[in-house]
Amino acid sequence: MTAIIDYGVGNLFSLTSSLRAIGADSVVTADPETIHEADRLILPGVGAFGDASLKLRETGLGDTVKKEALGGKPLLGICLGMQLLFETGYEFGVHPGLGLLKGSVRPISEVIPEGLKIPHIGWNSLRFIKESPVTRYVSEGDYVYFVHSYHATECEESLAAVTEYGAELAAVVSLGSVFGCQFHPEKSGDVGLSILKAFVETKR
Amino acid sequence: MITKRIIPCLDVKDGRVVKGTNFTGLADVSSPVELARYYSENGADELVFYDITASVEDRKIFTGILTETMRQVFIPVTVGGGINTVADFDRVLKCGADKVSVNSGAINRPELVEEAAKLYGSQCVVLSADVKRCGNVYRVFAKGGRVDTGLEAIEWIRRCVGSGAGEVVVNSIDTDGVKKGFDISLLKAVCDAVSVPVIASGGAGKASDFIDLFREVPSVDAGLAASVFHFGEVNIRELKKLMSDAGIPARL
Repeated sequence: MTAIIDYGVGNLFSLTSSLRAIGADSVVTADPETIHEADRLILPGVGAFGDASLKLRETGLGDTVKKEALGGKPLLGICLGMQLLFETGYEFGVHPGLGLLKGSVRPISEVIPEGLKIPHIGWNSLRFIKESPVTRYVSEGDYVYFVHSYHATECEESLAAVTEYGAELAAVVSLGSVFGCQFHPEKSGDVGLSILKAFVETKR
Repeated sequence: MITKRIIPCLDVKDGRVVKGTNFTGLADVSSPVELARYYSENGADELVFYDITASVEDRKIFTGILTETMRQVFIPVTVGGGINTVADFDRVLKCGADKVSVNSGAINRPELVEEAAKLYGSQCVVLSADVKRCGNVYRVFAKGGRVDTGLEAIEWIRRCVGSGAGEVVVNSIDTDGVKKGFDISLLKAVCDAVSVPVIASGGAGKASDFIDLFREVPSVDAGLAASVFHFGEVNIRELKKLMSDAGIPARL
């Protein structure tokens, strides 16, 4: 069973549909007991880092997720959920992330040349930096769907794949049983579904 | 490298996909769910679902079909048609749609764009404009292209982007249904005016029309069409191959 963390951020319809499409059981939940009993966790997220960070703290779900992840339970952060795995977010202020991965989240405008459109929106290709369990069905150059204006920086050893948009941006991060996708696997066709499939096959 | 997007548009009425030729003479094409799944499995980068219904009953049928589609399709979907309030945004986003396009709803009440962008984020709000050249200016038309609103199109688009629209669909009434290519001069003017993604619509008759579009307007992000895809005149996979061969980044 995969628990999708429900902390009031974003629409989870497509994520639950995509997990159903690959034959994976999932539950959308904010209940610590259900999260504890789940085999793996997905941290979704759309919106601003600060709002999401605050909601994770207010609901206590941030601590719950962090505790489970530190205990070795596989965790996948998607889009903003991936950014929240890092230590700090610089989006309308400075906000704490879960700190499961080293690095911070900053505006892509700091690194991409002027003239490129922001947000980075559309299908872009992946280039691998290192192997990761979640990209084992993905080929170098496969396309996935991005929508974001911020990116994870100084990811150090967690960086598993990048995408090119005027600069190299973190696309997949992977360290132990903590994974993150900057793009939306639930919107990335067969490639995206294969990443979700690989994730639901991971075990603690 | 980020790719240029190819987007089939499904006009839905009474639970069926219809195609529009200069906005009149509708003909039933296929089941929306089936067609959407077919496109997502055959190279479409994104889909637009356009709700062409009048009654509340029909709207319920549409949302039902949209929900069923979103259970089966895993590429981005934009929904338009009959979006007049943030409650309409909420209705289609709950069905799993990724973006919502506003047209007449924004003309009638321009604040809608800002309200929706604040609630759901700019990436969710698409401005769709039906534009026609009137002498030396471009004007925005309403009611499916029948009524001149008097709004100057470039200024209108710029204003909506300023209010929070994160993407613009530009539909040229002059080229729509004519199948002789996109409205290059209009699209250049829009791309020069705004820095958000611009989607070209109206005029595609063959694959080379898309190649011409991306070559002549390099800053345009996507090409949208309906009937040429529905009737198989342009095969999306073959089009993508042609684009790639022509040096235009495409998701193969």
